[in-house]
Amino acid sequence: MNGIRSSYVYRRAVDRAVRAACVLAAIVALVPLFLVLYYVTVRGIGGLNWAFFTELPKPVGEAGGGAANAIVGSIQLVGLACLFGIPLGVLAGVFLAEFGQSFFGRMVRFAADVMAGVPSVTIGIFIYALVVLPTKQFSAYAGGLALAVIMLPTVTRTTEELLKLVPEALREAALGLGVPQWRTTLWVMLRTAAPGVATGIMLAVARVAGETAPLLFTSFNNRFWARGLNEPISSLPVQIYTYAVSPYEDWHRQAWAAALVLVSLVLFLNVAARVLVRNRVRSR
Amino acid sequence: MMMGYSSAPIGARENSEKDVISREAQSPTATRERPQEEPATANVKMRAGDLRAFFGKAEVIKGISLPFPENKVTAIIGPSGCGKSTFIRCLNRMHEVVPGARAAGEVLLDSDDIYAMDPVRLRRRVGMVFQKPNPFPTMSIRGNVLAGLKLNGIRPDDPDGLAEKTLRQVALWDEVKDGLGRSGMSLSGGQQQRLCIARTLAMEPEVILMDEPCSALDPIATARVEELIHELQKQYTIVIVTHNMQQAARVAQYTAFFYMGELVEHDETNVIFTRPAQARTEDYITGRFG
Amino acid sequence: MNTEFESQRPAREGAAHRRLQLNWGDRVFRVGTAGLAGLVLLIVGLMAWQMVGASALSMREFGFGFITGREWNPVLEQFGALPFIYGTLVSSFVALCIAVPVSFGIAIFLSELSPAWLRDPLSFLVELLAAVPSVVYGLWGIFALAPLMRETVEPALRTSLGFLPFFQGPNQGFGMLTGALVLSIMIVPTISSVSREVLRAVPQSYREGALALGATHWEAIRTGVMPVARSGLIGAVILGLGRALGETMAVTMLIGNRADISLSLFAPAHTMASVIANEFTEATEDLYLAALAEIGLLLFVVTVLLNIVARTLVWNVGGRREGSRV
Repeated sequence: MNGIRSSYVYRRAVDRAVRAACVLAAIVALVPLFLVLYYVTVRGIGGLNWAFFTELPKPVGEAGGGAANAIVGSIQLVGLACLFGIPLGVLAGVFLAEFGQSFFGRMVRFAADVMAGVPSVTIGIFIYALVVLPTKQFSAYAGGLALAVIMLPTVTRTTEELLKLVPEALREAALGLGVPQWRTTLWVMLRTAAPGVATGIMLAVARVAGETAPLLFTSFNNRFWARGLNEPISSLPVQIYTYAVSPYEDWHRQAWAAALVLVSLVLFLNVAARVLVRNRVRSR
Repeated sequence: MMMGYSSAPIGARENSEKDVISREAQSPTATRERPQEEPATANVKMRAGDLRAFFGKAEVIKGISLPFPENKVTAIIGPSGCGKSTFIRCLNRMHEVVPGARAAGEVLLDSDDIYAMDPVRLRRRVGMVFQKPNPFPTMSIRGNVLAGLKLNGIRPDDPDGLAEKTLRQVALWDEVKDGLGRSGMSLSGGQQQRLCIARTLAMEPEVILMDEPCSALDPIATARVEELIHELQKQYTIVIVTHNMQQAARVAQYTAFFYMGELVEHDETNVIFTRPAQARTEDYITGRFG
Repeated sequence: MNTEFESQRPAREGAAHRRLQLNWGDRVFRVGTAGLAGLVLLIVGLMAWQMVGASALSMREFGFGFITGREWNPVLEQFGALPFIYGTLVSSFVALCIAVPVSFGIAIFLSELSPAWLRDPLSFLVELLAAVPSVVYGLWGIFALAPLMRETVEPALRTSLGFLPFFQGPNQGFGMLTGALVLSIMIVPTISSVSREVLRAVPQSYREGALALGATHWEAIRTGVMPVARSGLIGAVILGLGRALGETMAVTMLIGNRADISLSLFAPAHTMASVIANEFTEATEDLYLAALAEIGLLLFVVTVLLNIVARTLVWNVGGRREGSRV
């Protein structure tokens, strides 16, 4: 009897220990998040001044200067990525949702899944071989293309899954009113799914805005304004990297400031996406 | 609440399905000859006293008091949503496992308040068989039978002997003895349910709760389980929730009728089915609703 | 048939005309979207083709010896990828050792133990871990984590576990351990979110069956839920591994970037991804570039294979597809 009682106490203790361990795991995982956010805020905020947002980087060794070209460059790169990636991704997703049961559809879906798992640095090499080598120069186009390829699988799958969630009753109502199939899909079904798709796109943009590796050998870097999209262009993540590994104190300071800007943007997009999802669910 | 005559085990049951079906064809309210058993107060194994159960703010069980006599089968019947499953899940404190669910009132096992004991301990004395058979899919048949013991850290002296004994009790031994290592999922639905019952029996509980144990089974498997209940009742106290009135009439000595979270009537089964005291009971029995 | 309409009912002519147009519009739609979807397929094919093409020179030059060669010397044009393969494997393995228990703990907490009000905020915070860009982790790592490792953690490890070859040797804070540590931070969200989905897909009845037999909460999870979810959990780990293999920036900023093979976790190292990021733009000769591209090809093939295996495993548990989240 005693044996059972003590094993019983032991089991209770194990149960409590495991619960505590799980809580501990959650805390342990979140500590780095808060540390990083704290450091970026504290170290970055000092570097955020008017010059940071408006000036070009000063030559090596000189103090001061800013990251205006990096900010604009990032906007341009992300813009290009959206231009290439969103229409293609959404329409491919529409195809998969509407006609995706065929063998071809399954191949496409498989390809999108494969693409989702490819490391971004490899995508950089791909675009380098495809675009940079033939054109013999680094360019914003190449960078935008690389980012578009990274965005593509996410946008495609999100569109497909959200379209599939739209109730068939809506489609039938539209068809019953004499609206053609294709119009029904685009104007009715897609529009209903649009908020969710937009949320997915926001998250994809947030991800792509922070990508560095593929840009290293596609859009490269530029200490000045890029005169066209056919030239190498600066970007926030690349700037952060370059400055962080440099030996200059001043550049470190600017790296933190740039990181603060980048993280703020990414955080904002993520929070906004979450809030939008919650509001949609609540209003249903 | 009359607890006088306890109805005898439902006749001398034969194993043939023909018998079962012909019995089912009889009206559930047919009276049968029963020898008298022990008179007056049979021992009460488990008793619910003004039990209330809530899901969040919604009160689903509204103060039910019910005794469960020892070594007898008590059936709980009622229309869907009347709270039968919730009630029985309170008896082994599975109700509170659902987030936001709680219970109030008193439930005594012998004279122990189940809310004062550790639920883990309670569930060793009060076992449960679920509606849908749920043998652990990654364990063998033998593993399933012994799962409860293993979980509780009890090392039986003769595990194989114990497995054989319980499998014989549920009349599964002959069917599986050559394949004890097979997965629990390789059995038919009825066999799986009997395996789950064996798993419960291996714990040597005092009370067995059954939440619609046959509703996922075909008629032949159902008949087998009902025979089993009839056998088990000699050693265990059984509470069975069922939506099938004929089943209640076949297996239970006492029946309680629930309606919308309340106990409407509780009496010997034959009384409930032949001369119910409450109009609502009669309405339900005769099929006017539910 | 159309003429019948047209002749019989002039009022219906418009309808027939519109019906023709419907077919045309639908057909264009179908073909158009199919074409764009095909473009997706094309891109993947193109990717594979370009990667192979870019690596061709190196593959021809070194053959299979590329994978076993220990010498990485751009000057002498001797390229062997073993140090990077070693670095990738070890850093990923160490990262998994740290990340898997933590991720499972989070997944169990969120799916079983957490109070309802905490669930959403907590899972959101874990997702944010994945949202922080790799380069920012690298930045923080350089100025906050590496000094901490150099001054405090690594010396402590050396004094307590220094009898093991892994914790011997000089340390500067930038090395395999630091890289693996930041890697583990970044793969926790992947493993934990997939694990959580997998655990949720297990039918409740197994958990309840175990509880009804008198199991404690944890025992019910251990015997009723986890065995059923096992293949999916393995899939989650493999997905985390895939993510770790491809992680570039934070690793290259913290791992020391030296093509050495050393047992010590304090020593600087290189991974396949980090060497590409580090040296690609400086590779002027064709063979150098091709060697780096071949490393990229290896990465590509391995991560694609891992991804396929992982998805199959995860898919099998609850029949649910992991979509764009991963």
